[in-house]
Amino acid sequence: MTFIYPVDSNKAHPLPLSPEYKSSIKRAPNKPLIPMRHTLSELTGPVYGHETVRDGDNDLTTQHTGEPLGERIIVHGHVRDEDGRGVPDTLVEIWQANACGRYVHVRDQHPAPLDPNFTGAGRTQSDASGYYRFVTIKPGAYPWGNHHNAWRPAHIHLSVFGHSFVTRLVTQMYFPGDPLFPFDPIFNSVPDETARMRMVSSFDLENTKPEWALCYRFDIVLRGKSATPMETK
Amino acid sequence: MQDAVKPNGITPSQTVGPFFKYGLTPTGDYAWNDAFTNSTLTPDLTGDRIRIEGRVFDGDGVVVPDAMLEIWQADAQGRFADPQDKRALPNASFRGFARCGTGKDGNYSFDTIKPGVVPDPDGKPQAPHIVLAVFARGMLRHLYTRIYFSDEAGNAADPVLALVPSDRRATLIAVREAGKPVYRLDLHLQGDSETVFFDV
Repeated sequence: MTFIYPVDSNKAHPLPLSPEYKSSIKRAPNKPLIPMRHTLSELTGPVYGHETVRDGDNDLTTQHTGEPLGERIIVHGHVRDEDGRGVPDTLVEIWQANACGRYVHVRDQHPAPLDPNFTGAGRTQSDASGYYRFVTIKPGAYPWGNHHNAWRPAHIHLSVFGHSFVTRLVTQMYFPGDPLFPFDPIFNSVPDETARMRMVSSFDLENTKPEWALCYRFDIVLRGKSATPMETK
Repeated sequence: MQDAVKPNGITPSQTVGPFFKYGLTPTGDYAWNDAFTNSTLTPDLTGDRIRIEGRVFDGDGVVVPDAMLEIWQADAQGRFADPQDKRALPNASFRGFARCGTGKDGNYSFDTIKPGVVPDPDGKPQAPHIVLAVFARGMLRHLYTRIYFSDEAGNAADPVLALVPSDRRATLIAVREAGKPVYRLDLHLQGDSETVFFDV
């Protein structure tokens, strides 16, 4: 067999070196990546599921004794591959700042309050059709020192495995209409506008729960399989 | 139906950022489910137990304390804990995956077993290796590389190592410490000693 997951799909990703994002300057490889055929090592991947995800891990608002502060939201969507097939039983992990834009992390020194009722970490597993769902708090924007008046647009970090090690994806979900989009080098590190907009969730009134929480839909698209014919030896 | 629509491309990658620790690698430091650790070991696991240690450096040779490494590997018989690997009985006792955040000195470590031989797409043996994904603040997409072992004669015929210019192969080969089942491999994201990363 030859490439099973087409490498061309990777063109949607940011270039490693994106100088406006200053931390990339000394951390992006300078030498070209070496192409290789996928072997079983790349085509298989970790399988994690019900033994890893506990009841309630997908509700970040109920992990402590009290209610977190901020705007309760539902985040849901489908994990699919680029051929449109749902990706079932895949682990989706999230982490995020609280409503004030502060992370529960010893190195986050943003002078905004921590919320004793919000850790900001969750995980779930997509169902048989690839559908996933979280309940959480809308994260706040926060300053990050990359340049003068640098503020990250509100975002939720997502980590998705898919069904092989080459479908592994870490991305960020943004919220529609954020005024910080034009000024954020991380968001804009994705050069193609249509690809960039795939990181922006859509407001979902239909699944908004009256008197309880707004809903945002975020579909995640992983690399597809078998777009290149297989050779038999 | 929404699922029948072919999307016009994949979701782009974004940096893992500096604050992933409590979500992805808590290991007791934060009140959260530490399902992922830097060990693949279970009590009933068979194979030669090894430890891999090293540090991560940036282009200035400065340590990277906010990186995250993930490994994926076959068991001692060369089988993957994945239903897509149809070659043998399921090796239920071995998960093959581990995750480690770097410490303040840029250091990482994995406790695992020496993997067996995995065939390449033509059925030829690959030298024992571990697949490694590197994530960090400043990296907009994670990078793929491999860990080989200095005491494996099969390295000389490995089809993936053969793709790498000979003067860069050492960046992929963890060096065994004398008399101990410990291998050392430093990662350099950039610079003269830049680790070889693969386009997969």
